[in-house]
Order: sequence, then C-alpha cells, then structure tokens
Amino acid sequence: MADAALRQSSAPWLLSLPSLLLFVGLLAVPMALTAVLSFHVFEGMRGIQPTFTIANYVQVLTDGYYYELFLRTGLMSLGVTAICVLIGVPETLILAKMRPALQGTFFVVILGPLLISVVVRTLGWQILLGRQGPVNSALLSLGLVEEPVRFLYSMTGVVIVLTHVLLPFMIVAIWSALQKLDGQVAHAARSLGAGPITTFRRVVLPQLMPGILSGAIIVFTLAASAFATPAIIGGRRVKVVTTAIYDEFLTSLNWPLGAAIAIMLLIAIVAVVLGSNRLVELRFKQVFA
Amino acid sequence: MSNKRIDQNGPFALAFHVLLTAFILAPLVVVVVASFSDKDFISMPFDGASLRWYREILDAPELISAFWLSIRLAFASATLAAVVAVPAALAIARHRFVGRDAVMAFLMSPMMIPHVVLGVAFLRFFSIMGWTGSFFAMVLVHALIVVPFSLRLTLAAVIGLERDAENAARSLGASRFVAFRRILLPLIMPGVAGGWVLCFIQSFDEVTMTIFVATPGTTTLPVALYHRIAFLSDPVTTSVSTVMIVGTVVFMFALDRIVGLDKVLIGKK
Amino acid sequence: MSTMSLRGLSKSFGNVQAVNNLDLNVEGGEFLSLLGPSGCGKTTTLQMVAGFLPPTAGKVLVEGEDITYVVPEKRDMGIVFQSYALFPHMTIAQNVGFGLEMRKMKRPQLQERVGEALSMVRLSGLEDRYPSQLSGGQRQRVAIARVLAIRPRVLLLDEPMSNLDAKLRGDMHVELRALQRRLGITTILVTHDQVEAMTMSDRIAVMTGGKIAELGTPQQVYDKPVSEFAYRFLGQTNEINGEISVRDAGSATFRVGSASIPVEASEAPQGSAIKLFVRPERLRICPVDNSKVKGKITTRLFLGGVWFYDIDSDIGRLRVSAPNLGAAQADEGETVGIDWNPGDMQIATPEVANG
Repeated sequence: MADAALRQSSAPWLLSLPSLLLFVGLLAVPMALTAVLSFHVFEGMRGIQPTFTIANYVQVLTDGYYYELFLRTGLMSLGVTAICVLIGVPETLILAKMRPALQGTFFVVILGPLLISVVVRTLGWQILLGRQGPVNSALLSLGLVEEPVRFLYSMTGVVIVLTHVLLPFMIVAIWSALQKLDGQVAHAARSLGAGPITTFRRVVLPQLMPGILSGAIIVFTLAASAFATPAIIGGRRVKVVTTAIYDEFLTSLNWPLGAAIAIMLLIAIVAVVLGSNRLVELRFKQVFA
Repeated sequence: MSNKRIDQNGPFALAFHVLLTAFILAPLVVVVVASFSDKDFISMPFDGASLRWYREILDAPELISAFWLSIRLAFASATLAAVVAVPAALAIARHRFVGRDAVMAFLMSPMMIPHVVLGVAFLRFFSIMGWTGSFFAMVLVHALIVVPFSLRLTLAAVIGLERDAENAARSLGASRFVAFRRILLPLIMPGVAGGWVLCFIQSFDEVTMTIFVATPGTTTLPVALYHRIAFLSDPVTTSVSTVMIVGTVVFMFALDRIVGLDKVLIGKK
Repeated sequence: MSTMSLRGLSKSFGNVQAVNNLDLNVEGGEFLSLLGPSGCGKTTTLQMVAGFLPPTAGKVLVEGEDITYVVPEKRDMGIVFQSYALFPHMTIAQNVGFGLEMRKMKRPQLQERVGEALSMVRLSGLEDRYPSQLSGGQRQRVAIARVLAIRPRVLLLDEPMSNLDAKLRGDMHVELRALQRRLGITTILVTHDQVEAMTMSDRIAVMTGGKIAELGTPQQVYDKPVSEFAYRFLGQTNEINGEISVRDAGSATFRVGSASIPVEASEAPQGSAIKLFVRPERLRICPVDNSKVKGKITTRLFLGGVWFYDIDSDIGRLRVSAPNLGAAQADEGETVGIDWNPGDMQIATPEVANG
C-alpha cells in the first residue's frame, strides 16, 4: 500500500544519507586509497614513494612464493569447507529431529561461541593442542599414537581450529535450507518404496544442496580471510595470505606490496563468491523457482 | 512397543551429536578450567587451584584499560551504527527507489570484505588523515563494520510490521513524525535493541581489523590478548578470557530476552 | 481388491488420547471417508495406517496380513498428501516414476507406466517440467499420477483437495471418484469437508474425539444417524429439548413446555428428558389447522436453490428449508403451521460408541 505523501523521491535518499556518508567516507575512500597505494613503490630507507608502478602486482602474480601462498590458503580453505560440510550436514539433520526444547538449547550451545571473540576460542585450542596438552595426552594414553602429534604450528592444527570456528556458519546455512523443505516429501518417498537411506540420498540431500553450497561459500571465504587463528596456531611456520599481509604492513613496512596482496585477496574472494553464486543460480533456478 | 516416530534420532546419531557438542565446547571449557591453575605457565591439566590469575588481572593496568576501551568503543560504535542504520532500513524497507539494491549491497558489503583488507585500508587512511591513535576514528570504523548487523535486524523488524497501525494514527491526526515516534519506533524497538546488542558484541570481539589500527593508546582487549597469546604465553590470558566468556553469556541472555536468540543467530522470523 | 481392517487401534500422546480403540473394516474396492473436525483423530489414524506413526495399541491388517509394524516403504500403499509432497528437484516424469524405480522396474516398462499414469490424469506432455512450473491443480494431478503408477493395494488420501479453489475441487471430486471406480482400488479419504465425503464415498466414518461416531453410507449417515454428533456435524439440524410425557404400547407424547407432539415409540421411559433431532428439509410449512405445531416466521433467507425460514414455534426455535420453486411460501412475521412425517424426528444418543 503506497503512502503517496511519502513517495517523494528524496525521502529514501535523505534517510540513507547518514549511512552513505559514513560508508563513502570511510569505506569507499580508504579502499580506493589502498588500491592507489598498491601501485606505489617502497624503498627500504626512504619509505613509500608515490610513483606509479605495477611491480608489486607483477611480484605477487609471478613470484613462486606468492603462488604457493595463495595455493596453500586456497587448499586450506577448501579443506576446512569440506570438513564443515561432512560434519555440518549430519549435525543439522540431527538437530532438526530433536524435540523443540532440546533443539533450542543445542542451538545456543552450537551457535553461541560465535559471540565469543575468536581470540579466546583460539587460545583454548592452543592449550588443547599443545605437545603436553589434553588432546595429545588422550591420544597417547589410548595408544593411538606413539609420540605427541604436532598440532601447533602445523596446517593440521590450523584446519582443526578453523573448522571449529566456522562450523556454526555452515550449520546455519543448512538449517535455513532445511526449514524450507516440506516434511511430507520425505514421507512420500518412503510410501513409494524408498528406505531411509535412499530417501536421504535421492530426495532430502538434493533439496539441501543450495543451502549446503551457500554455506560452503561462506565458510570458504571466511577461512581464506581468517587471521587470528592462522597467526596463533600456525605461527611462523604456516603462512597464509592474511598473515603475509600482516608481515608486510607491520613488520617489513612494505605497505605497497602488502596493499597489492590485500587487493589480490579481495579480488579472489569476490570472484569466488560471485562465480559460485552464479553457478548455484544457474543449476538450481528451474528447480527451486 | 516403542513410541518413536520413524524419523527420530537413533543411537549413532546421538553419539555423533554428543561428540560434536564436546568438540564445540572443549576450547571454552579448557580456558575456563585453566584459568584456575596456580602455575606460572599455562598448564592443562594442573594440580593446584587458585584465583591467582584473576588477581593478576588487577595488576595488569594495560589489560584493564584495554577492557574499558573496548567497552566504550563497543558502546559508541553500536550506537552510531544504530543511528545510521535505522533510517537506512526504513528507506530500504518502505520505499522503492532507483538504486535501492545498490544501497543495500553497499551497506552490507563490509561482511564480504576480509577484515584484513579493511584493516589495511583503514591503517593507510588514518596515516594519511593523521587520525592514527584517535579513539573517534576507531569508533567510526567499528561502526562501519557492524552496520550490516544492525541493518539486517532492523530491516527484519520493519518488514514484519504492517502499515495499518501507522495509517490509523495518521488518520486520527498524527503527523508523520509523531506516527514514527509513537507507533513505529516502539514496535521496531526490539529489533533495533537486538541489533544494538549484537553490534556491541561484534565490536567488542573484533580483532583482525583492529590489530592494524590499534596503537598503544588505543588497544582493545582482544588485540591485547592476541599479542599476549601470540608472543608470550601469559596465563592471565586465561582468566581474562574467562571473564569475557562469562560476560558474553550474560549478554546472550539479554539478547534472548529482547529479541530471541534464534532470530539473531539464524534470522528466523 | 484388498481389504483392510483396523482392530482396536489406539494412539495416545502423553495424557491425550488421539485415537481411541478404533475398529473398522474396509471392503475391497471400497471408497471410505474418515470425516470429522480437526482434532478428531482422523489424520492420526491415517498416519498409523501409512506407517509413519506406531500405534499405542491395536493392529492394522491388509488382506488379513498384520502390517502394524511394517516399515512404510514395504506397505505398498499409495498416499496423496495434503501438500502433494512432490519432489521439487525432479521432473514430473521422474516424480511419477519414482515408485516404479524403487520397485526396480526396467526403463521401457517404467516409461510406459509413467505415460499411462499421466494420461489417466490428463497431464500427458508435461513430463519434462518441474513442479515449480505447474499450477496447484496440475501438481495435485501429478501427486495422483505418482500413486496410480505403482498400482498400490490401498490408496490413502490426506485432505488432498483442501488447497484447491472451490470450482476445481468440485471437478476433482467427480474425476477422482470415477478414476477410483474404474481401477477398483480400496481407498481411504481423510477430510473435514462433508460435501467431499458425501460426494465421493461408498461409506463414511464420522469421527470425533478419537472414535467413530457414525458409520454407514452417505445417506444412512445423513438421514438416519444414531449419534448426536453426526446430526450436528453433517448438514443442518434442529434440536428440541423436552420430555416424554405419556407413553404406551405404540406411541408416546413428547412435551416441550406447554406444547405436545406425538413421537414414534421408543425405549425412552416416561418422564425422561430427551432431545429430538429433525433436519430442516424434513419440516414443511402448511396451513395452521393441519399442523402439528405453529409459529411466527422471524427471519427468511434466500440461498438461490432453497429458502430458509427461522420460526419461533410452540416447541422452540425451528429452521425449515424448502426448495425454491418460484415464490416464497410465506413472509416474515406471518404465523404458519409446521408439519413433518413422524419418522423424521428422531432421538439420537450422545455417547459415541465405536462403529
């Protein structure tokens, strides 16, 4: 119901003005300046020179070190995503079948940690995964390993902790998809002769795919963007794109190079997100119109 | 004869679920437990219990001032975010205008940009503007980062409302502004308040971007913790973390009371 | 043509008894409706028959075989759900062929069956569409085709037409009934819509509070019900409270206040307070001298095919309906007489026994 008096074309712009001012001034401008910075030169003693060069990008795109860096980050994110899917799907289904009272409690338990700073959660894992930590003690006493496993300062540890941090996002995405399902569809499949496993494989899972994929995109981009966890758990040994940016900016002080890496990361992430969204749309448009 | 429906959880499912819950809670439990150790280093397990590391907090003025800075910062940025996001939400929800989708995407974009990239951009921007070390500047960028949360929750509240109540007020003689203040605002207040609390929490917890712009005079608690965790191995981090965990749990109850946790975390209607 | 039996079927949820000791025999090829308001237990009964809910007590038998605890996928029943429950990610052909796939039918034969089922519901040609591209009515037909394809022993319909608009629903009643007659599948329909139940069924089981209040053909259940519930739930009815004042061998007199009317002999003893029921269409307006009671018309309603007259009579408020043959029989405010055939006014029992 359109309120004619409010339909002056200036009203929405006036209402959005404060936020737009904030965003243009403190988001668009700084981002643009960063892009500009990436084209500058850094000379060790004299600092940043405002000349134009694409040398930073050339370095990032051709140097084997950066290729490895991005590859490592990408594979790590892929690994975390895969584990989150494998754990997240069953867990969400289990949650869906619980009684409402229990369901509510477990939602708080599983999603609540999202509200606690990642630093605190990573500290907990740092304690858990240490050479003399509880996890290694348990593994040793159960006889599963012969000497303490190196979790800290290894990719394994980083993947474990990132999975912990990002799993709630996957569960939320799958849960949203699950809510949209008609519960009777699974019953229909059963009545037509499909057992529980066939029903899951042929009827439930295909319907959950859009949710799983959207969850995967979120987890992948958050993993690739994560800083505190790889920094604390990975340390000096496991370098990812974000920690490399930190090194350039706060250690080497080579801001232009750092800016170039940052822009490359942003482009990569935007490309992944837009590309995957497109794919999901194309594949599932007909089905879930 | 069992009373179970055909689609209830079996024993394997429940075992999996218990293991997963343990996985989720393990680090938090470990931190809390470790905070009661009396050793000079972080140890798990330990034999002597004490409140030593809680007393140590009082002897760490940088941590205490970092805590207060975080509180003030979170308060200010959550408020600023609400002030700019609520009118924007009204504009987006109530008006069809050219560029509406673009504005929405723009205002939600901080969620898609890696916080490292934002940190870098703000660091550069501050150094050019001479704002390094300015608390006010930090409020601005924190507000920017949390606006999407406020926007999302306020939008949900506004969209869920029917126009009829406001229209009834107008027909009875209320001006547009009065209708907004006396009818609309009270009705969307739970969404706005919930958004505020969520923004507060997100600002308080934020570490990745803040690491880049923090200075010795403007260090937030998570950043201070990060430095101690990454470069030292100071048990006081466990006690401070426990305080943070407890505080967050309290806030979660507040959030649940005001808006309902499921709406915040999942966006259920 | 499979028979089905429910024996002592019960289901309770905590303190709530949703289905209470139900006994029902369904003949082979019969179309039987479970009719009742929401909460009467009809859907719970269907769920137990389908195998999605285990009963608290009792048995479900098909062709004499006890299938009470058999898993749903082995019951060979075709179910049409209220929301149709089509598989959104599969084409129409894949939907209809799903049950046949589960039965491991070979492709050529499967495709033939699918084509056959789709032509039975007049949807041939839509094989490659997706459910989201179809209208509500078309989706319902797909749901029907999907169960017809597997040629089940029993057909279960769970309020499948409540989402259709009225005109479409009426058409589907006729079509579905014809289809069922032709194929001879034993069918159980769950519905709250009396018109639907009466149009389509061989027999109706009227349910309330987890029990069957009335069981019989549509005409038996409507014209001569035994239970008060059936009188009140189906169609419209007049209820008259009074007592038996005089009683002898062949007849009795029923008194309401100062008025008396004759009633047929019944077992009710003299002096007992009872209720009499009579349907509006069994009462007729007549000259005052020839009438059993008289009264003043307070309201007159015209509904196109019938006239309704609300009358304040000697024995209470009565509603009389008469077919519209042109003009109304009387005006508001007029005093008229009311007459009826003795057998049309009946006593009904308040208790709900089973069957």
